[in-house]
Amino acid sequence: MEATLANEKIEVNEQGYLLDMDQWHEGIARAIAAEEGIELTNRHFEVVNFLRKEQKNGTSLSIRKIGKSGVVDIKEFYELFPEGPLKKASRIAGIAKPASCI
Amino acid sequence: MKNLVILGAGSAGTMMANHLSKRFRKNDWTITVVDIHGKHYYQPGFLFLPFGIYGEEDCFKSKTNYLPKSVQYIQTGIVEIKANDRKVVLVGGKNLNYDILIIATGARIAPEEVEGMKGTEWHKSVFDFYTFEGAKNLRNKLRDWEGGKLVVHITEMPIKCPVAPLEFAFLADWHFQKKGMRDKVEIKYVTPMDGAFTKPKAASKLGHFLEDKNINLVPDFAIAKVDNENKKIISWDNKEVDFDLLVTVPTNMGDDVIMRSGLGDDLNFVPTNKHTLQSEEYEDIFVIGDATNVPTSKAGSVAHFEAEILTDNILRYIDGEPLLESFDGHANCFVETGFNKAMLIDFNYETEPLQGVFPFKGIGPMKLLEENRVNHWAKLGFRWVYWNMLMKGKKILFITPQMQLAGKELPTKELEEEKFVAV
Ligand SMILES: Cc1cc2nc3c(=O)[nH]c(=O)nc-3n(C[C@H](O)[C@H](O)[C@H](O)COP(=O)(O)OP(=O)(O)OC[C@H]3O[C@@H](n4cnc5c(N)ncnc54)[C@H](O)[C@@H]3O)c2cc1C
Repeated sequence: MEATLANEKIEVNEQGYLLDMDQWHEGIARAIAAEEGIELTNRHFEVVNFLRKEQKNGTSLSIRKIGKSGVVDIKEFYELFPEGPLKKASRIAGIAKPASCI
Repeated sequence: MKNLVILGAGSAGTMMANHLSKRFRKNDWTITVVDIHGKHYYQPGFLFLPFGIYGEEDCFKSKTNYLPKSVQYIQTGIVEIKANDRKVVLVGGKNLNYDILIIATGARIAPEEVEGMKGTEWHKSVFDFYTFEGAKNLRNKLRDWEGGKLVVHITEMPIKCPVAPLEFAFLADWHFQKKGMRDKVEIKYVTPMDGAFTKPKAASKLGHFLEDKNINLVPDFAIAKVDNENKKIISWDNKEVDFDLLVTVPTNMGDDVIMRSGLGDDLNFVPTNKHTLQSEEYEDIFVIGDATNVPTSKAGSVAHFEAEILTDNILRYIDGEPLLESFDGHANCFVETGFNKAMLIDFNYETEPLQGVFPFKGIGPMKLLEENRVNHWAKLGFRWVYWNMLMKGKKILFITPQMQLAGKELPTKELEEEKFVAV
């Protein structure tokens, strides 16, 4: 599926996650964040960039891992990306939706 | 003589001891197995114990009855694995040298990971059922519980047998109906995921179960703490759920020996090649069962499929041949739905649980993703299969280590999109 984000045509899946994380840039992050009702600050970007780095290293992400990363604690993670922070932050970071369950 | 050491004699360690003792030439290899406990618990029984469907004696047998005579069994704690020196340090200071090590130390619950979980209400109104003690204490509690708010809760993923909490909720519904007090019990199912089932096919087939059974779903709940005084659980974003009886599945982690040895990830699971079951770090270490970090269910059925493949790979490793990359994440679980019925699900790394019949195409007799009585009797029969077939390392006819697509209804394109990652 194609979506228009920051005036660009970008390939996304049905849930709006980027299919190619290399198509991402800050403008796209801001556009997705706006859809999620979040205005991005530098603090948000620190977290988003951390998620992208982890994803590049092939680490599977979890709330626990992020809480212990030293980048952000879980409380603040929820404040930055309310309700389902991992899902939202991953989408804004242009990476795949984190693994789930049956 | 060379030494192969197996750490842990639960489901996976016991199966490996049996497989390898049959395949090794006696004079070349000594097999040593270490475990701290004398009892081998049948953990699937912990689901039935709280409701009195199983008694205590149905949940364990002596470990040594299931280990072959030819292996050396040491009953003690494992302090540390010194991978660079190829040795294991045991409680009491004894060292075991190895040429090949198999880690099968499983996963344990870690309630201490959540503030207040192991607090003043622990095993009074806050229970786990993932340990024998927890399941037994919960049974005693349920015997004279007069009803109220029952909260069935998952702390975080991954957990062993990921469907067990849902089965617990279904069995609770049935249990209280039988006792004629269902109207006095409100059941909530609280999960950190966005639904009780999050894979498309399973969600569409099974979503109605909660509604039908009058179980209220609270999704996206990431617990921050248990408030013992006011009896509620509180999430990181300050949502609250009140309880009179909390049945929680705490964080599941690998054993502390993995942490002490510096071999684990943030949950003490050992990074393991998901197709060969060799440790990612040391070529003479292999990992099986709940102790690995491979992205499939932590289940006895998985350990069984892994054991067949790992046995071949260990023999290949000894012969200097390349390892088979044949483990596909195959898992196969029964889901008890109450009223003497159950469902069966069968899946792997790539394929989500699908509808169909199992194990014979066109015949079954078991049905995938649909509840019926045959499945339920098969689940109860699993205990016999576990002790008499799986633990002894016997092959189960017609059920292969790799998942088969025969008998399954293949999904349409859009359902295939969301790849199965972990249950
Ligand atoms: C409630 C519940 C229901 C379940 N239902 C099902 C089901 O229906 N179907 C299914 O397939 N699976 C089910 N499972 C999962 C299944 O029981 C496990 O996946 C399986 O037992 C894993 O085997 P394992 O050998 O990896 O670990 P375990 O069987 O847990 O064995 C690990 C062993 O290592 C030993 N050990 C660990 N650390 C040390 C140490 N430091 N020193 C000495 N010894 C140590 C322990 O004493 C233990 O004996 C269920 C689990 C639970 C909790």
